[in-house]
Amino acid sequence: MSRLIRMDHTGHSTLAEWTPEDPAAVEAAVTAFRAELDRGYLAMVSTGPGHAEHVRELPVYAELVILRLPIAGG
Amino acid sequence: MATVDVLPETAAVHWRRRVDAGQLRVRGRLWTLTMAAHVIPFAGAATLLLSLQPLALPVALVCLAHAWIIPELYAQRGANVLRPPRRMGGHEAPAAGPEQRSVGLLGDLVGHEARELHARTGLLVEPGSLGTWIVGESGAVLLHGRRRPRAYCYCVKVDPRRSGARELPSGDRIAHLLLALRSDEQGFATVANLAFAGATWRLRRRMGKPTRAALKAALAPIDTRSSGAP
Repeated sequence: MSRLIRMDHTGHSTLAEWTPEDPAAVEAAVTAFRAELDRGYLAMVSTGPGHAEHVRELPVYAELVILRLPIAGG
Repeated sequence: MATVDVLPETAAVHWRRRVDAGQLRVRGRLWTLTMAAHVIPFAGAATLLLSLQPLALPVALVCLAHAWIIPELYAQRGANVLRPPRRMGGHEAPAAGPEQRSVGLLGDLVGHEARELHARTGLLVEPGSLGTWIVGESGAVLLHGRRRPRAYCYCVKVDPRRSGARELPSGDRIAHLLLALRSDEQGFATVANLAFAGATWRLRRRMGKPTRAALKAALAPIDTRSSGAP
């Protein structure tokens, strides 16, 4: 089961769960994913120890997609 | 899967040159020169005053104090990047539940050793291609260089102008920085603001006990490499 989560004031919120074999769940996840990107969130996927990638489309086969806010110099 | 290699936040600082190893060396040397430019005139003035008029000892001591205090203040500024932010202005500290959830997510992103270090110090140590990073809630320190690593202290955090950024629990703040760092290390260093660069011993003196433990853990692999141990 893949998960789309957003880091927020609750620790994190699960926005969608899907399996690639379930088109309706994938569609719901894609919709949630795009809505969060429109709100300014950035989507990240871990790609092995010490590596992550920023993605602009929902990676359907990824186990965990994390939405984060942009960072800035302090 | 449409991936993006460059950290999107770099667009907000498009005028900055992308940080690489060469640029780090140059910036490190500039910081050393700046410190020398602060220390040498004051120390020289103290020496000159004493040689001309021994009764000018109090003024010479004030000059020496300046020569000592200014580099210490810079080092303090560097150490401050690893301090947890003060939660003021009506933004209360997150409750224990969200805090635990955020630390749990952070734990999923790192290994056992890093989890244990975070529990002790509130900081993460993350190896990168530019060096070893120590990541806190509102800043990160890069230890760059093989034999005598120099500490580059960066102010960087979740953009506070974004809605919800100020309410994030500490684990999420670190996870934000960690994910950005892992996706584009050079971009991360480009977006961050350099607060201090200097010898690690200068930084260590200004750090609290827990953060010193993180610095020690970050220096351990570098010390092992430079001593030629397997």
